[in-house]
Amino acid sequence: MTKTLEKVLRKPLTGILISVVIGFLIGTVILLVAGFNPGSAYAAMFRGIFSKPKYISQVIINATPLILTALSVSFAAKTGLFNIGAEGQYIMGTLAAALIGYYVQLPPVIHPIFILLCAMLFGGLWGALAGWLKTKFGIHEVISTIMLNWIALYLNNYILSLPGVKKQGAQASNEILTSARTSILWDWKRSDAGKAWVAEHPVLGDILKTDLHWGILIALVAAVVIWFFLKHTTKGYAMRAVGQNPNASRFAGINVNRNTVQAMFIAGALAALGGAVQIMGTNSFRISVLPSHEGYGWDGLSVSLLAGSNPLGCILSALMFAALKYGSSTMQGDVGAPSEIINIMIGVIVLCIALSSIYPMIADSLKRREEMHA
Amino acid sequence: MEGQGTEYAVQMKGISKYFGSFCALDEVNLNVRKGSIHALLGENGAGKSTLMNVLYGLYAPEKGEIVLNGKPTLMKNPRVAIQNGVGMVHQHFMLVENFTIAQNIMLGSETTKKLDILDVATVRKQILELGEKYGLAVDPDQKIQDVSVATQQRVEILKALYRGAEILILDEPTAVLTPQEIEELIATLHHLVADNKTIIIITHKLKEIKQSSEWCTIIRRGKYVDTVKVADTTQEELANMMVGRQVSLHVEKSPATPGEVIFNVNGLKVCDHRGIEKVQDVNLTLRSGEILGVAGIDGNGQTELVDALCGLTRANGGTISIHGKEVQNTSPRNIRDCCISAIPEDRQKDGLVMSFTVAENMVLDNYNSKEFSSRGILNLKKMVSHATQLIEQFDIRPAGSEQTPARSLSGGNQQKVIVAREVYNDPELLIAVQPTRGLDVGAIEFVHKALIEQRDRGKAILLISFELDEILDLSDRISVIYDGRIVGELKPEETDEKEIGLLMAGGGGTA
Ligand SMILES: Nc1ncnc2c1ncn2[C@@H]1O[C@H](COP(=O)(O)OP(=O)(O)OP(=O)(O)O)[C@@H](O)[C@H]1O
Ligand SMILES: [Mg+2]
Repeated sequence: MTKTLEKVLRKPLTGILISVVIGFLIGTVILLVAGFNPGSAYAAMFRGIFSKPKYISQVIINATPLILTALSVSFAAKTGLFNIGAEGQYIMGTLAAALIGYYVQLPPVIHPIFILLCAMLFGGLWGALAGWLKTKFGIHEVISTIMLNWIALYLNNYILSLPGVKKQGAQASNEILTSARTSILWDWKRSDAGKAWVAEHPVLGDILKTDLHWGILIALVAAVVIWFFLKHTTKGYAMRAVGQNPNASRFAGINVNRNTVQAMFIAGALAALGGAVQIMGTNSFRISVLPSHEGYGWDGLSVSLLAGSNPLGCILSALMFAALKYGSSTMQGDVGAPSEIINIMIGVIVLCIALSSIYPMIADSLKRREEMHA
Repeated sequence: MEGQGTEYAVQMKGISKYFGSFCALDEVNLNVRKGSIHALLGENGAGKSTLMNVLYGLYAPEKGEIVLNGKPTLMKNPRVAIQNGVGMVHQHFMLVENFTIAQNIMLGSETTKKLDILDVATVRKQILELGEKYGLAVDPDQKIQDVSVATQQRVEILKALYRGAEILILDEPTAVLTPQEIEELIATLHHLVADNKTIIIITHKLKEIKQSSEWCTIIRRGKYVDTVKVADTTQEELANMMVGRQVSLHVEKSPATPGEVIFNVNGLKVCDHRGIEKVQDVNLTLRSGEILGVAGIDGNGQTELVDALCGLTRANGGTISIHGKEVQNTSPRNIRDCCISAIPEDRQKDGLVMSFTVAENMVLDNYNSKEFSSRGILNLKKMVSHATQLIEQFDIRPAGSEQTPARSLSGGNQQKVIVAREVYNDPELLIAVQPTRGLDVGAIEFVHKALIEQRDRGKAILLISFELDEILDLSDRISVIYDGRIVGELKPEETDEKEIGLLMAGGGGTA
């Protein structure tokens, strides 16, 4: 009995699961203290996630940019870098998408692809800048990326303040051209035939009511590509080596500086991809003046931590993260429990995972205790 | 006489320890008499460090019992070990670099003093007293980052004594010391046992065991072999017991047949980061098919010399050329591409990515060669089979460790991984810095043979070592480095330890 428990405690997934359970337990306590019935609150939350196809669809849509920012953070972590800058790189991606989506005219399909490439270039350079500052001047990437986040935010606002960029009467840019959008069946579902079809098909029709777009595919492909890149390519190998031990890498003839800058480029490109995908796929297809950060990059940090920096794990943990956040609004609406409780829960979960080296330690002490009795 | 059980300070009975399904210790016994120096001898990966970590409460054994001074004791964690008077100095030191020596010694034991405010003056006094008593002189106010390795080790020993250690474990304390420092350490150990302390020492150097220890326990591949009285046993017998076969402690080699000059260092100057010239006008010439040994005490410019040769630091003057092509101040990659390989001095810092698997580490310098990749895609299968081959060829233990992280190999086996990798490159010039640091006699024999084999195949080897025996055994020519200069060139058959030792200490006048 203790033996199996001990084994289970040593599995990496266990830490994540236990952390989730602890998160829910603490959420329960808070709900009780605040005078809500935890049962009905959680029921409402899960209803808000699973009860309709369109909810599930919405969760997937919300998870899409998170997968990409989390990938950015995870990739950096695997190469020994701490990318706090996903937020700013994300903004560079949205900027690229909004500007190129509106000012450049290209045929459909080509247009989004061109935007994706440009966004990756923008965000990549933004990330690489932090890498360069690190290799050239020894400025730690945590410091530089935090500053670059703010610079990106103000750059966004500055560009919107330029004459002609803002749409008349709005605090936002013009919508990107339809050729640049990645929505699925956007026009058709608004046509009469489309409306009729939607009414007839409860499941697919319901899904079509959301801003369904191709972004999730891009995110999935990116996750697989990054996983493959790290595990199977020479470049990925070199970047990991440099991240884990720059001295030994240099000694073995690997160019440490170049690989550091390139790794930050890729990390930046991934986060920017998240930004671009979001602008091209979701209503309102434009960027707005930002009073503060939107938080996709910061959430990416949490999601990446949840995933243990595993690229494929980012997919699942982003979905879970998005689901909890989305469900919390129903909880607020139906039961009146403040959605902040979900934020606290997520915070607790992330904190527990950050502490998850504790579970193997518990296993060790279990083992010792058993020996004492033996 | 006291009771029967109390003759021994430490009794470890039937200790078994598994890592996963791998059995690192299989019912090992160890009985250490109070007030004696007891050596623990065994090949790389035999389980010496593991056994000591069990004694110190770092690992929980699956089976077995620990009896201290006749009292069965459960070593739940190092704190319990310390409370029971057990202290340990690890293979790799655990000191805080930017703390002073006094602060490092206090660290961790301050909590035992309840809420008392620490009286630094008293602690300093105690440190000085302890140092005086056992010949462990240190300046309590110096920072760790500013003192030598030998001093750091003294700090580790003082730290253990300060916490009241009666039983002191030293895991390969001499691997990082110069011959003089080793003598000082052994003198200190004798002081300690004179004060009825008990010492367990791990070392691969049989000579040191003869000099220091009364008893020696031998373990082989996780199994107890024997405990012998050192005075009644020869070095050869010890070596044979530990390896389980006949080992020759001296290398057999035929006279060198040097060919043409392939490597040339001319007027090399290297400054350290503070701009102090650490290598001053060094000239070296190497022919194919010979081993040039550079003898010297640690800190006389060897590190800077090697760094410059490998392209890790700038040469501030002079030239380095291989086959007539100048390579100074190019990149490490370029130098490696010119068929120069190197075994670094510090295996964990410069030689290995500890979190990478053995297979990954085996290709650190040539992962993108045609052999292991095509069009940027790694051939993982080939990497693993390559590792399997080298693991067998170089007897890296445990066999089948291709996919285990380098971190969980024993120190000596980590070293073998690097040697295997660099020798496999079959370089025109192999720069070997302390290539056998931390290796057991069997493995040393093996590496020495491998180096000589390289030489006999017409390759050049630059051997840099602090160990005179190694230099004398292997080299065809010897250069002595002192204070960043080559102060003497000698032939091994025409010189002896005395003469070299004098030159190494700067007593040779100017050459
Ligand atoms: N944490 C670990 N996880 C898995 N295996 C380990 C771990 N620590 C040690 N081992 C294995 O246990 C065996 C014994 O290791 P140990 O470090 O005790 O050897 P050692 O006798 O100290 O050798 P050396 O002289 O090379 O330092 C080795 O085969 C090693 O690979
Ligand atoms: Mg060891």
